[in-house]
Amino acid sequence: MVVKTFLEAIHDALAEEMRRDERVFVLGQDVGVRGGVFRVTDGLIDEFGPMRVLDTPLTESLIVGAAIGAAAYGLRPVAEIQFADFIHPAMDQIINEAAKIRYRSNGAWSCPIVIRAPFGGGVHGALYHSQSVEGLFHHVPGLKIVIPSTPYDAKGLLKAAIRDDDPVLFFEHKKMYRSIRGEVPDGDYVIALGKADVKRPGKDLTVITYGLNVHLCLEAAERLAKEDGFEAEVIDLRTVAPLDRETILESVKKTGRVMISHEDTKTGGIGAEVSAVIAEEALFYLDAPIKRVAPPDVPAMPYNGVLEKAFMPSVEQQYEAMRELARF
Amino acid sequence: MPRKTITMPQLGESVVEGTVGKWLKAPGDRVERFEPLVEVITDKVNTEIPSEYSGIVVELLVAEGETVAVGTPLAVIETVDAGAEEAPALPPSHAPAPAAEAFGSAIATEPSRAATAAELARAAVAAGELPRGVYSPLVRRLAQEYGVDLRQIRGTGAGGRVTKADVLAYVARREAEAAEARPSAPEPATAVSPVARLERAGAPAAEPVLEPGDQLIVPDAMRSAIARHMSASKQTVPHAWTMTEVDVTQLVALRQAKKDAFQAAEGVSLTYLPFFIKAVVDSLKQFPLLNATWQGERIIVKKRINVGVAVGLEDGLIVPVIHDADRLSIAGLAHALADLTTRARAGRLRLEDVQGGTITVNNTGAFGSVASYPIIHQPQAAIITMEAIRRAPVVVGDAIGIRSVMNVCISFDHRVTDGLYVGRFLQSLKERLESYGPDTPLY
Repeated sequence: MVVKTFLEAIHDALAEEMRRDERVFVLGQDVGVRGGVFRVTDGLIDEFGPMRVLDTPLTESLIVGAAIGAAAYGLRPVAEIQFADFIHPAMDQIINEAAKIRYRSNGAWSCPIVIRAPFGGGVHGALYHSQSVEGLFHHVPGLKIVIPSTPYDAKGLLKAAIRDDDPVLFFEHKKMYRSIRGEVPDGDYVIALGKADVKRPGKDLTVITYGLNVHLCLEAAERLAKEDGFEAEVIDLRTVAPLDRETILESVKKTGRVMISHEDTKTGGIGAEVSAVIAEEALFYLDAPIKRVAPPDVPAMPYNGVLEKAFMPSVEQQYEAMRELARF
Repeated sequence: MPRKTITMPQLGESVVEGTVGKWLKAPGDRVERFEPLVEVITDKVNTEIPSEYSGIVVELLVAEGETVAVGTPLAVIETVDAGAEEAPALPPSHAPAPAAEAFGSAIATEPSRAATAAELARAAVAAGELPRGVYSPLVRRLAQEYGVDLRQIRGTGAGGRVTKADVLAYVARREAEAAEARPSAPEPATAVSPVARLERAGAPAAEPVLEPGDQLIVPDAMRSAIARHMSASKQTVPHAWTMTEVDVTQLVALRQAKKDAFQAAEGVSLTYLPFFIKAVVDSLKQFPLLNATWQGERIIVKKRINVGVAVGLEDGLIVPVIHDADRLSIAGLAHALADLTTRARAGRLRLEDVQGGTITVNNTGAFGSVASYPIIHQPQAAIITMEAIRRAPVVVGDAIGIRSVMNVCISFDHRVTDGLYVGRFLQSLKERLESYGPDTPLY
């Protein structure tokens, strides 16, 4: 298998899906001639032409609104929001239109769109190029939210998202684009949405995470095993909505100790929902309070480098939280 | 100002846990170094634990009445003596971010650093915040499934918390012991070590079965300790018992004659017990094998004669010790007894007051008993009771007289000595008790 970057895997998924199904097209700011601000759509306009690789105005409501309309017309649009921080002008289109079309039409219509958006911090992007927005959307029924952590997962999950008949938000951690590499098969494969992945088996505690934090937690888990002798099971949610309750509960029932880690701020985040599911369905398997590891509830990612590091999750932070939980 | 944690100290060699009896300070109170902070009950003693620091009590982590393992954090104190207790150093600041760190740069991993003292202290406090006797939902469920009394388990989690692993290990050990005992059923005495048998005896076999109207009593720390000690003694020590009758008519007359003056002069009442203890001590000088202990297949004859005196309480029993009782006069013994019994009933005994006994005396006559079969207070070799003094017809010479008589009973460790020796000891004791008279000095 070929080793590819996270970014190349996403590019390949887009290109392969566009070759496979001519209804698939991409639209967004600078996705065409420029090939995307991160170069994810690099070269697509050369292969598929400007009718399937649309450069749009700087208007997120239009990008999503046009995608919804195209989907209603029978196409499979993949819209790109250049930074997740700027997805908010399209909230109405996403929540009031895309998420509700199937319900509103009593199942007569669906909205098969994918909205891709780079998110996340640690890249000196400051207030408006660092946000995690999954917490805002996971409350909304009718939306699926995918956040891959490896090139292999990214390709298989994006293909599944494109083939899904309902709206999918596909968030890509921008720090991983070129820093995370992994083996990616050339051929066509799909990873089912709504299925978490046990990235590292363990018996002593369960660590539930997604996105960039998967890598921090895996590194911390290795250190925990080596230095403290505790084996952490690291679960990559991959799809944060809907949650894979089965995998979560199975692991919790095995270990009895749970840590949930994400880069999004703590209050009302994915960790809160995962905690609630566990408390509701596995209380009598818990041997320790559920621990959430997440940045503080501050309004935005600081620009100052020291403060940005203080905000961002670190391997050290994951390790210490795991160790404390394992020893509890 | 740094915060310090006060932990449950080890009070005595084999003591592994203590019960918080009473907090002497409340959160917000100021406490000086060495000032009593909390009363702790271990087995049978109340003792005051002094604060190790001067400062303000921030938090009490263990509620009154809860039993926790040695080392469990009890309280947090914000110290104020800045000189002695330096603030912990701040963790080293993070290295500045590389100036040219671009989008998509490699994931930076921070250099690992050893946990600072402050972090460890924080962790200890956080762990201690869990009230003792509170178990996780999982531990409670496992305890129910396996029929385990969680108080039998020594926790290995933070602050002595009982974890899932602790419960499962306990169950595994219990099952292993049961398996070990089964094939050896025809010869149980040799197959199972006394220690293993003891441990099993201490652990309840199963969930108690309650019928309608039954009352379930969960024993407190003292009741549990008594149960443990009594079982251990009965199961390891081959008790032998004998009794003799003593004519104490002259002793009764002596006490009657002296008691009012004694009370007036000394401020304590003159009971029969000091006379009895004095006689026991003097006889022990003559028969030292009863002031001994059986330890590890050896007999150790104790030089000091420290007499434990059983004191009945409303809800239990305690045995304070008169150390070096052989050096005290009758009056001295009376004072020592008055002091110990008063403090025992007030729950004010110190640890040393109940340690080091070499023989025990029990005034069972005080509640009307005429014969009793006491259980030896391990690791001592004997326990002696003085029974009720009563008026009875007695053959004196060739006539029958009305005399004051009393039975003396003794249980002794038959590993240490035999009936002949003990019989001679009792004869000696009897002679001493019968030879008290009007001229016996009290001082």
